[in-house]
Amino acid sequence: MLLGPSLALSATLFTIGVVGVVIRRNAIVLFMCIELMLNAVNLTFVALSQYHGLSGQIMVFFVMTVAAAEAAVGLAIILAVFRHRQSVDLQNINLLRG
Amino acid sequence: MTEIVFYILGAAAVISGIACILQRNPVSAALWLVAAMFALAGIYVLLNAQFIGAIQVLVYAGAIMVLFLFVIMLLNLGRETSDIRRWPALMAGAAIAAGLAAPLLALRLYSPARLASEVSGSPVFGDPGAVLSQGAAAQGLAESQGVVGAIAGPLFQTYLVPFEVTSVLLLVAAVGAVVLAKRRL
Repeated sequence: MLLGPSLALSATLFTIGVVGVVIRRNAIVLFMCIELMLNAVNLTFVALSQYHGLSGQIMVFFVMTVAAAEAAVGLAIILAVFRHRQSVDLQNINLLRG
Repeated sequence: MTEIVFYILGAAAVISGIACILQRNPVSAALWLVAAMFALAGIYVLLNAQFIGAIQVLVYAGAIMVLFLFVIMLLNLGRETSDIRRWPALMAGAAIAAGLAAPLLALRLYSPARLASEVSGSPVFGDPGAVLSQGAAAQGLAESQGVVGAIAGPLFQTYLVPFEVTSVLLLVAAVGAVVLAKRRL
């Protein structure tokens, strides 16, 4: 049921996330784009789980857990960088640039 | 009926996603992302994954996005200066979007019959119900045990070890977040 449209929607959302990562400089918005990409992948899992059994939905469960852990650690890193540089703009975070 | 609701929710998700990446204010971007996640939760319910739809609202829209909003407000980032990159990056973004347009249109036509032929390895598009019996079995399980029961079975039997590893991952993430946010880099 609605397999093709779901996969197309998922790919569209993933593309939007990738374009967002490319065009934005704000580190927090970048993280939100990554969440959008994870959501797009979750939609693929759910759409295919209609035909392949419930393992896909359980994988979505794990993806959500990893996303929560990633958001917590990533936002803590952003907080630490902000204390150091007073900015979350990626242009100002160039410590590793050669 | 289902298709109409699907297309409305899908359009809402795409429009919210685009608004999220084009919004200057991080708070507005976060709220647009919440809207996209709510639309996706509705789509999960349409695709017979009601439990996933519920935890999408609870975990993503309820917990993760609140964490984002807290950090945005803690850092006082509500200024209106645009952080969208200049034309080389915009060109790269447009090229990525254009390059993915053709595969997107191909995915729109992907059908269960084609999935069945790819899974079974035969070039003939057969009856998807015969090859992909697990989907129908899962539906029957959901009707007899309830939606949550059907997921809980494999989650606590087949996937018990990954589930326990996940709890360790969350513990490590919580400790790491506290340590990183506390110490000055």
